[in-house]
Formats: sequence, structure tokens, C-alpha cells
Amino acid sequence: MKAAVIVFPGSNCDRDVAVALEASMGAKPLMVWHRDTELPEVDLIAVPGGFSYGDYLRCGAMAAHSPIMREVKARADRGTRVLGICNGFQILTEAGLLPGVLMRNSGLKFICRDVHLKVENDRSDFCRYYRAGDVVRFPIAHAEGNYFADPRVFAEMEDNGQVAFRYCSADGAVSAATNPNGSLGNVAGIYNDRFNVLGLMPHPERLAEEVLGGADGKRMFDSLVEALS
Amino acid sequence: MTDISPETIAQHGIKPDEYQRILDILGRAPNLTELGIFSVMWSEHCSYKSSKKWLKTLPTTAPWVICGPGENAGIIDIGDGQAIIFKMESHNHPSFIEPYQGAATGVGGILRDVFTMGARPIANLNALRFGDPSHPKTRHLVAGVVAGIGGYGNCVGVPTVGGETNFHASYNGNILVNAMTVGLADQSRIFYSAAAGIGNPVVYVGSKTGRDGIHGATMASAEFNEDSEEKRPTVQVGDPFTEKLLIEACLELMATDAIVAIQDMGAAGLTSSSFEMASKGGLGIEMDLDAVPMREQGMTAYEIMLSESQERMLMVLKPGKEAMAKAVFDKWELDFAIVGTLTDTGRMILKRNGRIEADLPIDPLAQASPEYDRPWVVPAKRPVIDAKDVPAVEATEALKTLLACPDLASKRWIWEQYDHMVMGDTVQRPGGDAAVVRIHGTPKAVAMTTDVTPRYCQADPYQGGRQAVAEAYRNLSAVGALPLAVTDNLNFGNPEKPEIMGQIVEAIRGMGEACRDLDFPVVSGNVSLYNETAGAAIQPTPAIGGVGLLQDVTRSASLSFKAAGNAVVLFGETKGWLGASLYLREVCGREEGAPPPVMLHRERRKGELVRALIAEGLVEACHDVSDGGVLVAVAEMALAGGIGAQVDHPSTLPLHAWCFGEDQGRYLLEVRQDQLATVLEQAAAQDVTARVIGTTGGTVISIGGRAVELAELKALNEGWLPGYMGAEIAQH
Repeated sequence: MKAAVIVFPGSNCDRDVAVALEASMGAKPLMVWHRDTELPEVDLIAVPGGFSYGDYLRCGAMAAHSPIMREVKARADRGTRVLGICNGFQILTEAGLLPGVLMRNSGLKFICRDVHLKVENDRSDFCRYYRAGDVVRFPIAHAEGNYFADPRVFAEMEDNGQVAFRYCSADGAVSAATNPNGSLGNVAGIYNDRFNVLGLMPHPERLAEEVLGGADGKRMFDSLVEALS
Repeated sequence: MTDISPETIAQHGIKPDEYQRILDILGRAPNLTELGIFSVMWSEHCSYKSSKKWLKTLPTTAPWVICGPGENAGIIDIGDGQAIIFKMESHNHPSFIEPYQGAATGVGGILRDVFTMGARPIANLNALRFGDPSHPKTRHLVAGVVAGIGGYGNCVGVPTVGGETNFHASYNGNILVNAMTVGLADQSRIFYSAAAGIGNPVVYVGSKTGRDGIHGATMASAEFNEDSEEKRPTVQVGDPFTEKLLIEACLELMATDAIVAIQDMGAAGLTSSSFEMASKGGLGIEMDLDAVPMREQGMTAYEIMLSESQERMLMVLKPGKEAMAKAVFDKWELDFAIVGTLTDTGRMILKRNGRIEADLPIDPLAQASPEYDRPWVVPAKRPVIDAKDVPAVEATEALKTLLACPDLASKRWIWEQYDHMVMGDTVQRPGGDAAVVRIHGTPKAVAMTTDVTPRYCQADPYQGGRQAVAEAYRNLSAVGALPLAVTDNLNFGNPEKPEIMGQIVEAIRGMGEACRDLDFPVVSGNVSLYNETAGAAIQPTPAIGGVGLLQDVTRSASLSFKAAGNAVVLFGETKGWLGASLYLREVCGREEGAPPPVMLHRERRKGELVRALIAEGLVEACHDVSDGGVLVAVAEMALAGGIGAQVDHPSTLPLHAWCFGEDQGRYLLEVRQDQLATVLEQAAAQDVTARVIGTTGGTVISIGGRAVELAELKALNEGWLPGYMGAEIAQH
């Protein structure tokens, strides 16, 4: 598998996702500067977390118009896998690669903590090593992770199985009490309608090694390597 | 030119004798720009004029110290050609006036101190003191400071991994916001601030200069009064996005050989950075202020030199490297301007609109700043309190009170607003004795902690100074890390009062003894004086930031109980010392008595033993015993692990004295039964008092025939701060 990590001014999880990818791939991913307009042939494009353009204007809004994003969209249209984590998820929604928006957390504060996620749909290259119904633990670290989509759009997404992960309790119960940020339907991550683009607020790359407290996130990167190698 | 009136001189915080000194140095009267430069360079904040004499007594060397105080930050050797660069600095006054920006720019400033030396920042910590929770301003200040620290640190992408927070009425009008940054560098790529090379270009990079923060350093050197809130315009505004770009651009340029010297523009901005670089190199600088990137039109030389606009650096480049360096800063969309040239004159010449606005000798300003030996008196000793004279409250009830008191209540509400995992190397997160962050790509890790117990320092600054250092040493040892060095942030009241000066002198004496005896030198630091409002001083607060090293991060201990049926072992002697304890304050409502003494020779032996046992894998969990005593420490381990404990009271002491006495130099260890004999033998061999005081298991803490559910303790411990802060939302 070949992978590229897009780096924007203000990205700060670019190295973290590269480290996690390298651990699963056995090779370093390409780091691609946002001003580049050409992208080498890759099987996976990762859009990392951070504060691209300082989150000024609106999270992800300016990065979505970076020169490289035109190429990312073209590749996604051609079926290349695109993974957006945290700010990367925000950028993908702003760029129109994923439906909906990410609003300010309902508690109005930045939240950094481990959360439990229920795997809703494992039928994608991102989730080969998960099973629907699995409960995994990833950290969140965001102030704007409150997912919202137009009710009709969201109903369609639910019907299509586009919800990838939902916030839940340790035993898998999905409720308002397990929703850290007010997301519609406890949504933590979604697919596009072709299932080649995944955006999620939690950080799989942060719990991809036992010494850091858990390795549930590693299975996502292993899944991609398994699917795309 | 404006005439310099006595009022103007006083407004600049310059005393009459200091003004005479200026006249002697210049042989003429200064103009306003020059007076402004003297005032910031000679402010307490920049010159340490009251504390210098005493700071010199602190131990600052060890075989592993690469650079001690005097540079932007201290540097220690961690082997394999790598170095840790770290420092702690206060942003107290600005944070009280405008808590969000004050705290945010405090984080920004300390980050720059570290990356200006060539280190990538890998961790932030903080030490916060707020007023009484019932004070009408406290809630607003907590909310603003925490949001500011998070807003800045989260955006730059450096994890905020630890710290401490206290509440006390003495901080009602003077909160303390002390921020610490720890960075990692290659020893072959460390950068210093001494300018070199006559004719070399002096280059300004980063944000543009505006009128913000003018006279911040002078403000930080004066007492507060009712007018202080009018000083809001002197608080700087931070832009963490620009800081992130500046970190990346500087580190990218530092990977080349273009930089001769580099210095961040912190307090006193362009003035202190240019004077310090020139003075350290024994050179002069001729600067064209027209070339300084400016945010506003019509700025005077005075304003440009005194602006404290954030996210700016000054560097000296090798000749011919200008274009290459500019390309790096262009890539990161940051300003880059050649603003001056190094000269051999030893003078600072500043031009604006073709006119010379200042012509000052550098060394007399930078090095001959006033140094005072201010009068001081030893604070009166408080009596030792006998536990028999302290009311005995039933132990589980007292435990509940203590775990819910503001100083011991969980600070989760705070640290969950900080990204403590970015960079992917945080092994021990906030909430433990010390944070542990792996050295990227290696099995090594640094452990970090901030410590001081202000109520001990108030009771006896000498013992309080020793205790602050010893507690940092213990917190690092408790995770298995070898303590290497400290940074200090000395927060006190007005040094012109002999009793306050006495606190400073005594606290430094205590710190110095502890640092010397524990081989734990001071490599960097900061002094914040005049923390008084309307004549009332804060509790003396010499905050210590300790750094230690783990060779193998998998051989580290955390405080959470790991399994049922294990022995709980107490290292160290318990005499039931209740003077100046939290029990006395929170349960009995009394702030009195002498604080517990610190036995340094035993401290070291115990630390070595604890570290050896952890490295040998004989310790399941470890926690230092500090605020609140043994029973609080047991409860903290139980809450962290979700496993209770049956605690025996093996001593002839009164139960409340044994449970809540704050005798120093103690650790609690969770040890497997099959390893207990080995642990006790090793303790005996090292002449360390060790005693089994209980067994892990169940869902309660039981003591003295009573039991309390962990769930109840957890609700009390976790509930206080969110409940307190939640009231803010309800009010609005």
C-alpha cells in the first residue's frame, strides 16, 4: 500500500498518523504540502487532525480550498480511499467529500478523553478488522465535533449504512449520556455513499500502541493495509 | 523631543537613584525612547534586581547539565546525543487582568523560550493558583485561564500533560499562572543567543509589530491597585496558529547552518532581545526600525522597541544565507525582514525615518542593571502542633471532606480541556504523580511534574522551599524516573517589605539545600514579585518544575491499584504531623502550626530504593504521600484503579494523626504477595522503614472499623470542580 498524508499550515497530527501508518505499512507514507497541486499515485490519502489555518473563519473551511484539495477530490471520485481524522473530517465536510457539518460541541468546551465507539458498519476497507457491533476505544480531542446533517440527508445516510461509528458506553449502549458533543445520532464517523471516504472525529492513531494505553486504533490501519496491498 | 519630567520618570517605574545612574551612564539626559528602554531593561521582571543576589546561591551544575540559568532555558543531557531543554515562567499579572489572553500568551512565551534554543517542544505543564472559590472573580478566572492555556497549547499541537491547581484566599487579587515547556533537541543543534560576526545581518521573523503589550514587563513589576483593570490594553494577544508556523519555520531553518544566534522577543520585546544578543556577544547593533514589519501605521521608535506583540523572533544569520532563510519563512507565510547589522561599537543605535532615535551603550544597560541587597527579616517560627490538640474527626468522614476539598478534588475538568495526547508519545496522562512522555522513536521517556505547597511556605518558607524540591523529586521517583534537574518559578509579594524579602531568602535557602542534597540542580527559572493587592501578599509560592528520565518506558509505575489481594506497603516514618496540614485547614478550619520537616538524606535513599524496585518490576503501583496524608493517598490509588482497600491502623498514634498526618518522605506501593518479602528485604537493607498497611480489593476503603464506598468517594472527588464551574453556566 502507498499512502500520502496531506500537511496544511496548522496541521498537528500529521506526524502521529504517519507513525501509525508506518507501523502498519512497514514504510513511510508521503508527506504532501498543501500547496502542491500534484499527488503521486497512492492507495490512501490521509487528511490529519490539527488546526489548519488556526481554525480561523470556520474549522476546515480554508484548508478545503487549498490547491491540493482539488486533486484529493478528483482521486476520491476515482475511488481512492480517503481518511479524514478530526480536523481532517472537518476539512472533508467543508470540501464536500462528506455530507453534513461539524458544529461547536454542545458543552462549548474542548474535550480530550478516551471514548467508546460502536462499530456500525464494517463493510469498508477501513474496518476489515472490526465487526459491526464491536466496541472500541479511541481518544477524542476537539471543540467542534458536534455532527449535524439535514434530517432527510441523515435519514438517507442511515438507510445506506453510512454511519461508521457511534459514541457509546463501554458495553455498547448508545444514548444521550454517552454522547460527548451533541452529535446527531451519536455519530462519531461517517462514510460517503461509495464507502471509499471515511471521516471521524476520534483519533485511531492515538491508541495504536499498547504502551500508550491501547491499540484498538491499530486495527483500522491494519485493515487498510490488508485491503490495499 | 519630550522633556523628561520627574512624573515621566516615575511613570516608567524608575526610582530617583536609578535615574541618576542613567545620567551617569549616558553623560546626558535620555530621550523618551531611551528612557523607555532603560525602564523595561531595569524592571524587576527583566533584571531580577531584588532576587539576583540570592539566586546566585542555588546549585546549577551537574555532569548532565549542558546549560544552566542565563540562557532562554536550561539544557540537560539525556544520552544518545539528545538533550532536554526546559523552563517555567509566570504570566500572573496579565492573566488576572485578561485571563484568556494572559494565560494563552504565557504558554506562547514559554514555548518560544524553548524552541528558540533548537528544541521541538514535546510537553507543556502548568502550575495555577486561584483565589477562594467563594470569591466573586474566581470562577471567571478559572474558566478564562484554562480556556486560554488550552486554546493556545491545543492549537500549536504540544500536549499539556500535567500541572497542579490550588485555591486560597491569598490569591484573590493575584492569581498565579506559571507555564512550563519541555523540549527535545539534538545536542549538536542547540542554539544560543550570543551575537557574533561583525557585519552579520540581524533578522526579524514572525508576526508583525503592533502597539499591544507596551510596558508589560513594567506592569509585571508593580503592585496591583484599584486601577489595575485599566491596564488591560497592556495585555498582549496571542495567535497560536502563527506560533505553530514559527516553530516549524525555525526548526526547518535550524536544520541548516544559517543561524549564528537566535532569541525570542518576550517581555520587553525587541528591546530585551536585541540588547541581550548584543551584550552576550560583546558587540553593537545598528537597527533600522523602518524595516520592522508593522501592523499599524505611525508607530514611534518608542512603541516599536517596547511593543510586546507575540510570536516574534530575532536572529543573526551567517552572511549570504539571507535568501535561503527568507525562502523558509516565505513557505510558512511569515514575515522576514533584515532590520540591522552587527557592529563593533558596543552601542545600540536605533534609526527611525532617517533619524537616530536612540544611541545607548549596551553593556551598562544589560549588565549594570541595579542589584539590590534588600533588607529582610526571618519570618517568625510557628509552634509545632501536637496531634492530641487537634480534634479527631471519624476517618472516613474526614476522608470524604478532604477528597472533595478544592485543593484535592479531581482536576479532570481542567485537563480534559487540554489536548494531552497529541504527538503520540504520552504514556502517563494527567492525574498521576508525574506525566510521562516517551522520547519519540526511542524506549526512553521524560517524566515531568510541577510542585509546591504554598501553605507550608507561608508557615515556614525555608521548610516549604525544601519540601517543594523534595516533592518534585518524589513525584518523579514514584513513576520510576531518575530526577535530573529543575526549573523554578518564584512567586512572592513586594520585595521592598523586609518580611516578604525574608520569605524569598528563606525559600531559596531551603530550595538550594534540597537541590544540592538530591543532586537536582536548578537549570532555569523565573521570578515574579510584587504579587500583592492593596498591600496583601500571596502565600509564598516557589513553584518547582522537575524533570526526570526513564531509560525504558515500559519499566515505569503509575498510581492506580492494579489487582485485588495485593499488599499496600508504606515507605517512610509516620509521626502524625498535623501542623499546616490539609486536615487542619479543611476539616478543622485552622491554618496554623509549623509544617512537616523534610529529611533530605533519607529522601534520597528512599527515592533510589523506589526507583530500583520499579525498574526490577517489583511494584504494581506507586504513589507519593503528600497533601492529606496516607489515607488520602490510598484513596487516590483506589479511585484511579477502581479497586478498594482494607487499611489497617498499625500504629500507636491517634487514628486521625496516622491517617491524615503529612509527614514527609513517604511512598505507598502496591506489591504482589509473592514479591512482598523481596520488597521488604530490600527496604530493610537500605534502612528504609517499610510497613504493610493494608490489602487491595473490594469496592470500599475500610479503616478503623468503618468503610466508605469508592463510588461515593469518586462522586465527591470528581464532582466538586465541574459542580463549581457548572454554576457559571447556570448564572448566565
